[in-house]
Amino acid sequence: MNLTSILKGSTIPVLTVTAAIFAIWYASVVWLNAPFERDQAERAGKEITFSQILPKTMAQKRPVIPAPHQVIAEIWKTTVMKKITSKRSLIYHAWITLSSTLLGFLLGTILGIALAVGIVHSMTLDKSLMPWIITSQTIPILAIAPMIIVVLNAVGIQGLLPKAFISMYLSFFPVAVGMVKGLRSPDVLHLDLMHTYSATKAQVFWKLRWPSSIPFLFTSLKVAIAASLVGAIVGELPTGAVAGLGARLLAGSYYGQTIQIWSALFVAAFLAATLVWLIGVIDRAVLKRMGMAQ
Amino acid sequence: MNMQRSVVTSILAVIGIWAAAAFVFSRLADGNMATSGWLLTIMVWLMAWFLVHNLAAMKFASRFTSIAISLVIPLIFGLTLLFLWEVITRGLGIPSVLLPPPSQIAGRIASSTDILAADFQQTFMKAVLFGYAMGCGLGFAVAILVDRSPFLRKGLMPIGNLVAALPIVGTAPIMVMWFGFDWQSKAAVVIIMTFFPMLVNTVAGLSASGHMERDLMRTYASSYWQTLFKLRLPAALPFIFNALKINSTLALIGAIVAEFFGTPIVGMGFRISTEVGRMNVDMVWAEIAMAALAGSIFYGLVSLIERRLTFWHPSYR
Repeated sequence: MNLTSILKGSTIPVLTVTAAIFAIWYASVVWLNAPFERDQAERAGKEITFSQILPKTMAQKRPVIPAPHQVIAEIWKTTVMKKITSKRSLIYHAWITLSSTLLGFLLGTILGIALAVGIVHSMTLDKSLMPWIITSQTIPILAIAPMIIVVLNAVGIQGLLPKAFISMYLSFFPVAVGMVKGLRSPDVLHLDLMHTYSATKAQVFWKLRWPSSIPFLFTSLKVAIAASLVGAIVGELPTGAVAGLGARLLAGSYYGQTIQIWSALFVAAFLAATLVWLIGVIDRAVLKRMGMAQ
Repeated sequence: MNMQRSVVTSILAVIGIWAAAAFVFSRLADGNMATSGWLLTIMVWLMAWFLVHNLAAMKFASRFTSIAISLVIPLIFGLTLLFLWEVITRGLGIPSVLLPPPSQIAGRIASSTDILAADFQQTFMKAVLFGYAMGCGLGFAVAILVDRSPFLRKGLMPIGNLVAALPIVGTAPIMVMWFGFDWQSKAAVVIIMTFFPMLVNTVAGLSASGHMERDLMRTYASSYWQTLFKLRLPAALPFIFNALKINSTLALIGAIVAEFFGTPIVGMGFRISTEVGRMNVDMVWAEIAMAALAGSIFYGLVSLIERRLTFWHPSYR
C-alpha cells in the first residue's frame, strides 16, 4: 500500500474518529470521576486543586468510568500475566463463552439450512412455517434465556448445551432467511436448463441451488455468529454462572468492580470482531475458489 | 372441478380435526391417555397438515380471499402446535416446572392481569418506548449530520458497523450503575442498542438514490434541504424502516435484560428472574407470552406504517 492510497482510503478518517472517541472518553473520565475526589478531599478537610484531581481520576480503584489505560492494563493483567487455567484469567472465561458460542452457531446453522431447504422445496412449509419463523424473532428470547437455563438445569442438563441452545435460537433465523433467498436466487433460465437436462430435484439442488446460495450463506453467517456470541453471554447471566464473560459481567456488577466489567466487555467486543472477521476471510477464500469473487 | 373437490375435502378435514380434538380432550380430562388417544392426536396432526397443504395449493380470484387464506394458514399451523403442546405435556404428565401446558399459562394470565399490566407499564411504556424513540431519533439525527461530511462518513461508518455487531447488551450493568435502578437505566441501554443500527442503515439509505435523480434535482437548482426532503429521505425509507424493525425487537430485549442487573420490584425482566427462582414457571411463561405479543404488535405496527409509506418499493408492488 503506497502513500496516496492511504491518504485517499478510509484509514485517516477512521483513525481521526477513533482518536476523537478516546479524547471524549478521557474527558468524561475526568468529569465523572472528579466528584468522588472532591468529596474525599472535603472529608479530609483539604483543599484540592484541579491539577491534583486530574491524575487521581484516572487511578481510582472503583471509578464511575475507568480510563482506557486502566482497562487495557486490567486486560493485560488478566490475559497475559495469568495462567490460562486460572479462574482469574480472562482467556479462560472467553474460552468458556466461545465454546458455547461455536456449538450454538454450528447447531443454528444446520437448523437454519435444513429449514430453508424444506421451505424452498415444500409449498406447504413455505406458507405455514415462514410466518412463524419471522414471529419467532419478535419473542425476546434473550429475555427468557435465564428460564431456559434454570429449567434445563432442573432436569439435569447442564454446562454447554443450555447456553448453546440460546445461541442456536438466535443464529438459526438469519441463516434460514438468507438461505431461503439464496436457494431461490438461481435464474429461471438456469432452472429451465436443468429441467431440459431432466435433472432430478437433488441434482438441481446440488449443482445449481446450493452453489448459487453460498454468497447469501456467508452474509447470514456473519450476522449469525455475532448473535450467537450475544446469546452465549446473556445465557451466562442468570444462573449465577461461575465461568464465562457473562459471569464476569455479573460478578463485576455485584461487587462494583467497574474495571472488571469494562475489561470483560472489551474482550467480548474483540471476540465478536475476530469471529466476524474470520468468517469474512473464509467467505473471500471460498468465493475465490468457486470463481465468484469480484 | 378440482377447486370444488379441495374445498369439500378442506371442510371435511376441519370437521374431522374438530371431532378428533374434542375426543382427545375428553380423554385428557379423565387423566389417562390410552393408545387410541395418541393415535387420534397423530390423526389431528396429519389432517391439519393435509388442510394446510390443500389451502396452500388453492388459487383465488379475489385478492381479499387470498390475503385471508395466507393469514389463516399460519394460524392453523400455530393452533396445531398449541394442541400438540397441550396434549403432549398433559398426556405424558410432564412436570409443569419443566413445561406448563398452554391452558395453565392462559389461566395464569387471566388470574394475574394486574401484575402483568404493572410490569408492562414499567418495562414497555416507560423504558422501551422512551429508549426506542430516543435511540432511533439520535441515530437518525447523527446520520443526517454525518452525511454532510464525507470525511466523517468514511471515519464513522466502519466503526459504526463494528459496534453494531458487538454485544451491546453487556453495557447493561454499567448503565444500571450510572442511572440507578429505575427505568432510566433501562432506557439508556435501549438507546445505545438502537442507536447504531439506525445510524448505519440511515447513512446507507441516504446514498441509495440514483445519480440520475440527484442530477435532475441539481438541474432544478434545488437546495441541499430540498434534495434531502424530496429525494434522498424518501429513497432512504426502506433502509430506515429496516432499522426501525430490527430495533423494535432489540429494544424489548435490551430493556428486559437490563432489568436482570437490578430493578425496583416491578418490570417484566424482574418478574421473569424472580419467578424463575421460585419455580413459578407458568408466571414466567405468562410474561413471555405478553412480551412476545407486545413485540409482535410493535413489529407489525412498524411494518404497517412501512407499507403505507413505501408503497412504491418493488417488494410491495
